Amino acid sequence: MPEPVLSVRDLSIAYQARRGQVQAVRNMSFDVQRGETVALIGESGSGKTTVALGLMHLLPSTARVFGGRVIYRRHSNGSSPAERETEVLSLKGDNLRRFRWQECAMVFQSALNALNPVLRISEHFADTAKAHGYLSGYRQTTALRERSLKLLSMVRLDPEQVWRSFPHELSGGMRQRVLIALALLLEPQLLILDEPTTALDILTQRNIMEVLKDLRGQLGFSMLFISHDLALAAELADRVATVYAGRIIEIGDVRTIFRNPHHPYTIGLIKAVPTLTSDKSSLISVPGSPPDLIQLPTGCKFHPRCPLADERCRREDPELTELESGHKVACWHWPEAREVLKVYQA
Amino acid sequence: MSGPLLALEHVNRTFKVKGQTIKAVDDINLNIQAGEVLCLVGESGCGKTTTGKMIAGLLPTSSGSILYRGKDISRLTNKDHKEYRLGVQMVHQDPYASLNPIQTIYQILAAPLQHHRFTRGEAETKRRVCELLEIVDLTPPDDYLDKYPHQLSGGQRQRISVARALTVLPQFIVADEAVSMVDVSIRISLLKMFARLKDEMGVGVLLITHDLALAKYFAWEGRIGVMYLGRIVEIGRAREIVDHPQHPYTQVLLSAIPEADPDVTRAKKRIQLRSMDMPSLLQLPTGCPFHPRCPVFAGEVCEKVVPLLKKADWGSDAACHLVQAHES
Repeated sequence: MPEPVLSVRDLSIAYQARRGQVQAVRNMSFDVQRGETVALIGESGSGKTTVALGLMHLLPSTARVFGGRVIYRRHSNGSSPAERETEVLSLKGDNLRRFRWQECAMVFQSALNALNPVLRISEHFADTAKAHGYLSGYRQTTALRERSLKLLSMVRLDPEQVWRSFPHELSGGMRQRVLIALALLLEPQLLILDEPTTALDILTQRNIMEVLKDLRGQLGFSMLFISHDLALAAELADRVATVYAGRIIEIGDVRTIFRNPHHPYTIGLIKAVPTLTSDKSSLISVPGSPPDLIQLPTGCKFHPRCPLADERCRREDPELTELESGHKVACWHWPEAREVLKVYQA
Repeated sequence: MSGPLLALEHVNRTFKVKGQTIKAVDDINLNIQAGEVLCLVGESGCGKTTTGKMIAGLLPTSSGSILYRGKDISRLTNKDHKEYRLGVQMVHQDPYASLNPIQTIYQILAAPLQHHRFTRGEAETKRRVCELLEIVDLTPPDDYLDKYPHQLSGGQRQRISVARALTVLPQFIVADEAVSMVDVSIRISLLKMFARLKDEMGVGVLLITHDLALAKYFAWEGRIGVMYLGRIVEIGRAREIVDHPQHPYTQVLLSAIPEADPDVTRAKKRIQLRSMDMPSLLQLPTGCPFHPRCPVFAGEVCEKVVPLLKKADWGSDAACHLVQAHES
C-alpha cells in the first residue's frame, strides 16, 4: 500500500467561548490516499469545516489546536515513494505559504466572498501566481495566461470572456467554477472542498459535480470533500467518514457506508434524507438534537439520542474498531445497530 | 362550503430595480382547496417565494387577483380582511431571524392569543400556550415557557414559529423553505408535524422548496407545482410529477438530483441542457421561457408562442407545446 497523501492523527481543536471550550474536533484520525476522494459527512456544527480550516492553518484566533499530527506527503509522478514528508501543523512563514495552494488548495463555500470584487478574474490568477512564485516574471506572462485559460475551459467556462470579467459579472455557479480553476492553478496534490455546491441551484450543482469528476479524472488529484449532503458524497467519494460531535464515528468504502452502515447515527442519517425513489414509509428521523459541544455528554456522545444506549454507552466512549478491511465504527452495539431503524420509524 | 379556499387568477408581480422592470411572477392561475397540501418547487429566482408572499398577503399583486373564500383579498371589508389575515399564516425560512430575541417563548405565543381575544385571562392563555407547544412536540411545555429563542436549537425555533402561526387557528399555512435551515436528521420530524396539522386540524399547507425529493415526500397525497422564470410550467399530483414528469424542465431537474446511493447516483442518466445559463429576468425569452435551454427544443413554435397550462384529464398538466401536441 503506497503512503497516503495526507494523514491526520488524533487531531483536536477547540474554540474558546464565553461559556467554556467548544470541542469542535476531538481526536480525529483519517488518511487520504493518492487520487482518492474522501467525504466527511455530518450535520452543521459537527466539526467538519473546522478540520479543513485546521489543515490549512486558517482557524480564527479563538481556536486552538490542542494536539495531534497532520502529515502531508509530496509524491512525484509515477508510483515512486513519497519524496518528502511535511509536518503540516508546525509549518510557518514561507514553508506554510508553499504548502498552501501548491500542495493543498481549498475551495470555500461562499464563492461570492472568496473573490476580490475589485479585481478582474485575470488579476486573481496573476496575483495567486505571483504570491507563490509560480510562472512569475515578465517572460512567463504568456505561459501563465495559457495555463489559466486552459483551466477555465476545463471547468466549462468561456475562458476569454471570463478572463476579462469582474466577479460580480458572473453567476454563483460560474464564480464557484472560477474558484475551482484558481485552486488548481499551482497543481496541488490535494483539493479541499468545503460545501462547494451548498448555496447553488440544483442544475448548477449538477454542473459543478460533473466538472469535479472530469477534473479528477484528468489531473488525478486527491479530494477531501466536506458536505452535509449525503447524495453528493455518494456520487463523488471513494470513502466516506461520518462525523458526529467532532469525531469520526464511522468510516469506510462509499458502498459499505451507504449499503451496510453499522453506526446508529449513520443509519439514521442515511434514512432521513428523502430521495426521489424512496417510499414515504421508509423515511425516518433521528430523535433529539445534536449535542452541546461545550458540555458534551459522558461516554458515547450519541447516547442521549440512541435507542440502543445502555449503562456502558453512558460511561465509556467507544473507539473506532475495524469490522472488516477498511470499515471502522465507533459503537458498542454495532452488531445490532440495524435494530434502531424499528425505533426511528415508530 | 364550496369553491376553493384560495384562488389565484392571472396573478402577476413585477419589481422595479434601477429603473428596469423585473417580472418575478407571470400569469399564475391556481386553485387551492381547503386542507390541501401543495408544494411549489423551483430554482432560486423562479418566483416561488414571491407567490407565497402574495398568497399570505405580505405583498400586493401587480395585476390579477387572489381570492380567499371567493373574495378578492385586495378589496375586503374590515371584518373579512381580519378573517383572511388570521386564516392564512406564514412560517418563514430562517428561524433565527423570525422570532423576537428579547421575548420569552411564552410572550411570543401569548401575544397573538391575547390580542385577538382567543383566550381570556392569564390562566387560560397559559393553558392554550402549553397546548400549542404540545402540538408542535415541544414537551414538556413547562421547560420551554420561560426560555428565549437563543436557548433553542434551529429545529426547536422552527417549531415555535409553527406554534405561533397556529395561535390564531389558521385555515392555511404558507411555509417558505421552512425546513431547509434545520439539520437533516430532524427535517423529517418537522415535516411529519406539518402533516399531522393537516390530518388533525384540517390546516392546508403551501410548502415552498427547492428540493423535489422533499416535495414528493411532503405532498405525497397532494400536489406539486414546478415553477420556472415566474410561471408554473407543470402541476399535478406529487408522485405523478416525480415518477412521470411531462415538462422537459421537470425532467431535467429530476435527472440532475443526486441520489443517496452510490450505484444509483453514478448510473443515473443526466439530461443535458442546451445552455447552462439561466436567462436574465430583465430580458425574458420570447415564447416558452425555457426554450433557450430546452433539450427538446422544437423550433419556431417554442420561440414565439407562450405555452399555457391546459387542464389535462389525467396525470399532470404541463405548459409545453410538445407535450400538448403529443396528447391531442
